[in-house]
Amino acid sequence: MEAQFPDLLKDWDTPFGMLTFTADVSVSNKVMQYLYNDEELKFRFLTDLTAIHYPDRTGEELCVVYLLHNMVDNIRLRYKVYVPITKPDIETATNVFATANWLEREAYDFFGVNFTGHPNLTRIMNPDEMDYFPMRKEYPMEDPTRRDKDDAMFGR
Amino acid sequence: MTETTHHIHHHIKLSEESVQKQTTTINLGPTHPATHGVFQNIMEIDGERVMKTTPTVGYIHRAFEKIAERRPFYQITTLTDRLNYCSSPINNMGWHMTVEKLLQIEVPKRLQYYRVIIMELSRIADHLVCNSVIAVDAGALTPFTYVFQSREHIYEIFEEICGSRLTTNIGRVGGFERNIPDEAIRKLNTFMVTFPKVMKEFENLLNRNRIFMDRCIGAGPVSAEKALNYGFTGPNLRATGVDYDVRVATPYSSYEDFDFNIPVGTTGDVYDRYIVRNGEIWESFSIIKQAIEKIAQIEREDPRQKDIFYAQDAEHFHLPAKQDVYTKMEALIYHFKIIMGEIDAPVGEVYHSVEGGNGELGFYLVSDGGRTPYRLHFRRPCFIYYQAFPEIIAGGLLSDAILTLSSMNVIAGELDA
Repeated sequence: MEAQFPDLLKDWDTPFGMLTFTADVSVSNKVMQYLYNDEELKFRFLTDLTAIHYPDRTGEELCVVYLLHNMVDNIRLRYKVYVPITKPDIETATNVFATANWLEREAYDFFGVNFTGHPNLTRIMNPDEMDYFPMRKEYPMEDPTRRDKDDAMFGR
Repeated sequence: MTETTHHIHHHIKLSEESVQKQTTTINLGPTHPATHGVFQNIMEIDGERVMKTTPTVGYIHRAFEKIAERRPFYQITTLTDRLNYCSSPINNMGWHMTVEKLLQIEVPKRLQYYRVIIMELSRIADHLVCNSVIAVDAGALTPFTYVFQSREHIYEIFEEICGSRLTTNIGRVGGFERNIPDEAIRKLNTFMVTFPKVMKEFENLLNRNRIFMDRCIGAGPVSAEKALNYGFTGPNLRATGVDYDVRVATPYSSYEDFDFNIPVGTTGDVYDRYIVRNGEIWESFSIIKQAIEKIAQIEREDPRQKDIFYAQDAEHFHLPAKQDVYTKMEALIYHFKIIMGEIDAPVGEVYHSVEGGNGELGFYLVSDGGRTPYRLHFRRPCFIYYQAFPEIIAGGLLSDAILTLSSMNVIAGELDA
């Protein structure tokens, strides 16, 4: 795979037994198609797709995580794609997996990831009128104006 | 065009195409006895045929993933209760095992087997609800009243173990909050004697029932290719003929020690889904039987195991008993540290999945070393496969759509998180 996508895949690791790597946003969909079509790899089941917000990683604040499964050989794989929060564009995976449709809508709804080419990228859980992306870290759970709850006392 | 219709046009302002169209738009849900939960389908029907369906989800979205980012691990268990509330213990145990994977805690065998018993009991309860409700939606109320007594017995066992029935919050990270009481074991043994007869009766009522078969066979079929492409898991996937079961593919809680079959179907229609679930109930029953024997063997070989109800290396995360907190220094310290959030989890990211009542229930936990998760994502099986619903029912009868919906075991709590 390294040969197929030179310099675009990095951070190979296996935390808790699951192969993980990071793919460049320019090839995110090509990597998925390659993993799907290759006769040896056969990652033909999309188990999960979600996003994470890292406000401190300038230029790559949003992380989209794909979890693929090769059911024949029973191997799981996770790959991540980082996109900047100012331009959170990433190609949709709906051309490969029908599963991705609602999962991408969910990631859009909560994180504002813009999946280009998605057939119906609208909010799924939250009201349509909502004008922010609530799972981003700048929206704290507690009311920030309250003084009686000091986070320093409670770990976070 | 007469003057009257023109008049109506003028005031109601219907678009021209909505007046001209030959189909009817109806709302199925958000609250309707046949949807078994709060979700809406806007359907375009032509007579009795469903032409197009637009599902709306999110009516009971409670922001669990956001709330989880503010809660220590042991408080997240109550959130998992409210996902698939027909089999809460599986969600609870799945979450505990995810945390144990991150903390690298090894739970004693006897407790793993007790977990298996509890998870399989809740699988039976889950499938009983789903299968008997298919019959209710097909017009047969009797089987439902028969098996609900058994579901009640299962809930009584849960009640003895953890004190609650539906949203159980059962067990803790590392094991259980207290030892399994004798009364629970007595009730379990009674259940093992009474349940097969009830189940046999239930199957006699429905499996070869001509009316039921005519209603179910051929309704809402799914091919294996489509099911995999749509991310189906659990009984819905196995009904199409794919033998994927998380308990076998990636065993957890010592499922590899048990001998059981994976029932599969062929056409993936309502009847196959029903039959697969019935088969799984018998397999679960056999697993529980094996687990009881294995526990008895462990207790015979090493009687001291009887008194252990949580993993020793989990003491940083396991709340000590209240009487110890008042009398022992160590227990008091751990109690204080756990409640005040002084205990940090290691850095790491874990994905752990269990075979839930309706499919692969996954937990994707990203920890940055704090006491709460940095990010927690629930892979909710029915949220993923429910998106195939409009395609499955297109062109079929409206009454088949209702049966398909109940046979897919879509649980609103899990759908909306």
